[in-house]
Amino acid sequence: METLITLLVGVLVMVAVYLLLSRNFVRIILGTAILSHAIHLLILTMGGLKKGGAPLLTEEGSTYSDALPQALILTAIVISFAVTAFLLVLAYRIYRETGADNLDDVRRESDD
Amino acid sequence: MIIPILILVPFLASLFVPFLYTYVRSKKIGWMVLPVPLILFVILSLQVPKLASGENLFHTIRWLNAADIHFTTHLDGLSMILGLLITGMGTLVVMYSIYYLSEREALGRFYMYLLLFMGSMLGVVFSDNVLVLYVFWELTSVSSFLLIAFWHQRKNSRAGAKKAMLITVTGGIGMLIGFLMMHQMTGTYSIQEMIGMAETLPTNDLFIPAMLLILLGAFTKSAQFPFHIWLPDAMEAPTPVSAYLHSATMVKAGIYLVARFIPVFGESELWFYSVTFIGLLTLLWGSFNAVRQNDLKALLAYSTISQLGLIMSLLGIGSAAMLDIPGVDKTIYTAAAFAGLFHLINHSTFKGALFMIIGIVDHELGTRDIRKLGGLAVFMPITFSIALAGSFSMAGLPPFNGFLSKELFLEASLAVRHLGLPGVHTWIPIVAWVASVFTFVYCMIIVFQTFFGRQQQQPAWVDRGAHDPRPGMLVAPSILGALIVGLFFFPNLLGKWILKPAMAAVYPSFGNPESLVVHIAAWHGLNPALWMTIGIIFVGTILYIFLRQWRRIYTVSPFSWKIDNIYTLLLIQLEGNSYHLTNKYMTGHLHRYFTYILLFFIAMMGTALTFVWRLTFNFSEDAVVTINEYILVMVMMAAAVAILFVNSRLIAILLNGVLGFTVAFLFVVLRAPDLALTQIVVETVTTVLFLLTFRFMPDWKKERPRRPVKVLNAFIAVATGLIVMITALIVQGNRLFDPISKYFEDAKTLTGGGNIVNAILGDFRAFDTMLEIVVLLIGGLGVYVLIKLKDKKGGDGNENQ
Repeated sequence: METLITLLVGVLVMVAVYLLLSRNFVRIILGTAILSHAIHLLILTMGGLKKGGAPLLTEEGSTYSDALPQALILTAIVISFAVTAFLLVLAYRIYRETGADNLDDVRRESDD
Repeated sequence: MIIPILILVPFLASLFVPFLYTYVRSKKIGWMVLPVPLILFVILSLQVPKLASGENLFHTIRWLNAADIHFTTHLDGLSMILGLLITGMGTLVVMYSIYYLSEREALGRFYMYLLLFMGSMLGVVFSDNVLVLYVFWELTSVSSFLLIAFWHQRKNSRAGAKKAMLITVTGGIGMLIGFLMMHQMTGTYSIQEMIGMAETLPTNDLFIPAMLLILLGAFTKSAQFPFHIWLPDAMEAPTPVSAYLHSATMVKAGIYLVARFIPVFGESELWFYSVTFIGLLTLLWGSFNAVRQNDLKALLAYSTISQLGLIMSLLGIGSAAMLDIPGVDKTIYTAAAFAGLFHLINHSTFKGALFMIIGIVDHELGTRDIRKLGGLAVFMPITFSIALAGSFSMAGLPPFNGFLSKELFLEASLAVRHLGLPGVHTWIPIVAWVASVFTFVYCMIIVFQTFFGRQQQQPAWVDRGAHDPRPGMLVAPSILGALIVGLFFFPNLLGKWILKPAMAAVYPSFGNPESLVVHIAAWHGLNPALWMTIGIIFVGTILYIFLRQWRRIYTVSPFSWKIDNIYTLLLIQLEGNSYHLTNKYMTGHLHRYFTYILLFFIAMMGTALTFVWRLTFNFSEDAVVTINEYILVMVMMAAAVAILFVNSRLIAILLNGVLGFTVAFLFVVLRAPDLALTQIVVETVTTVLFLLTFRFMPDWKKERPRRPVKVLNAFIAVATGLIVMITALIVQGNRLFDPISKYFEDAKTLTGGGNIVNAILGDFRAFDTMLEIVVLLIGGLGVYVLIKLKDKKGGDGNENQ
């Protein structure tokens, strides 16, 4: 399971990096979103997978999955949401102000 | 305990001055600063008898034990000389500056910098720990920078300050590396402990590099050839600063350092050669160039360079006493170091006086160009007398203190011929003699072209009635003038009280310091040195008389060469090239920057993976995979890869949604219910947001990057992904320690919560969560502001730009 998820993480990182290297705002923002997914899964995998029940003490059973990565990821999900939302609005704003929807146009605008 | 306080007092005072100045706002601020150096001077003077009896004041404030860095102060004879110069000249300069600077100047700033310098300089000479010394050393460079650029509205001031800073700090960094090498060799940062280990060092591989680097620091600071070029430009500073930093104290720091390290490096012949030869070269080049200057201050700058070279070469000859050469009378060479220290003091007296006199001339007449000056002796008799004493002392004429040390210098230059080292011949006294002739010539220029002769232009100041300045301005130069004469008649007082302990510090291994003291006598028979002096006067007078005729040689190479041009050229080249280089890669395109960052990541991690780390995998502890988990993962991979190839923005956004919700499913499968819940909520909102902006943004045009770019991007993407993957696999296979999560499983008893994840977020790491909410809040505010922000000029206005 860990190996499989790690492979998935690798693929997600490849896609995310490729998107980050493009010029269109929406593609870049999608890249950041996918990168967050990849990293969340990576952190979870690092703690070991399916080593016990869900980390709820009320559940039956004596072993639980590692709760620390889960707590970290929970924080990360929320933050990455904030980042995505902010970037989206920023892209929207730049488009409104300059009519540019990609980085090269913005750059050209500021050079003039 | 006195010495650390001595160092700290000027710093504290410099903090206090600007506040005081907001209340005083007049020249009175100078009088309030004056007690600081004066009291320090008195306190230091009271220690003189203690030191003369052979005692040293050593004090340590333990500071960083782990790094072996302590605030250790050490007052011995050598640092005493510098300490007295710093505080004594400081007192005189502050007093002089009260009259020199007008009320309109930013006096608060001036005295703040001056006190900052005073503290740092005291720190340099009293510190025993080389790293602490280094910090103070650089602080003197910084305060010198601030003081040179005091009139920062002038272009030349800024350029001069920058030059001084660049050169001295470059040397300072070299010196720091040298100090670190010394630590590597000796295991200590204390100079005194290094001296104790001196005998074991020369065989060490680092010995020569450390020595050369420390010398680099000393030479740049003391304006030795070819680093002397910053000193003439530093003359843009107000004259009190030039008198204080750039003739009496700061430039002596390099000399101090050389004298301080003679016991450590003196046994090396290379040390003897570097210090002596560079010193002589500087002496000659400085005196030769001083003659061609028309600006009196520039003339004094070159003369300072030359005199520093003289002291440096004396210390070099003095260090010959440490060389292990059989059959050599060592007292001949220790006498040279003695002369060097003596001249160090003398130079501060006469050069300080001369700077102050030039300042007075400039202040009263508004020019210091010798082509415009002349005949001032009639108008300014007192100023003239002091100038005469200072110049004649510098030229080495009796009855002034410079005569005594100059004779000792000539004797030393004659004596060193017999050292029997290769390359040390009669040329040394010849160079010394020639340089002394030039010295004589420029001293005569100062006296005769300024104070005698006809005014070469219609002088405005004759009509205005040029006269001596107010008495207050003359106090400081008069005291120095009195010292110039006084030291001639009573030099052995200085020898007994000040120079004897200093010699003991320079030659700790020689035992009885009494034997190191030279009895100075004004008349010592018609010996070769005196004949040399007579020759200097004779030839110098002839050269001065025919100055106009032979001055033309300054336009002929190699005499017309200026080291300055190299510096300017280097700097322009450097600036131009770095500008071009930076422009080449800092294009302002985000994807370029991403490319750099990721390529660096790939290079570093790729190298580590290939060559450093062992690629060991361990899949044995993997959990089993069920068929539906396979399906989830396959769906995600397919969705992710598909995003790259779809033409429509809408489909891409939906595919991202697919990814997000599948991640939520995975969280369910992987026993993370809280994550799954959060992920579902967040993913829903994110998708909605994407779709909202979808309405306002144009559809994306198909990007058609050029083929090489596309290949590079693909390479970066694949390589990054692979590296992340392989690193993760290695980490999983090689766990170094047990997870710490067991602790949190006591959540029930520790926090009362049954959900461990919630307990961590809301209790164990509640502070983190709070700050996370703050981040969310800031993000939300940003979103809100960006949406609500009114278009500033309206869309049309922007389109027309």
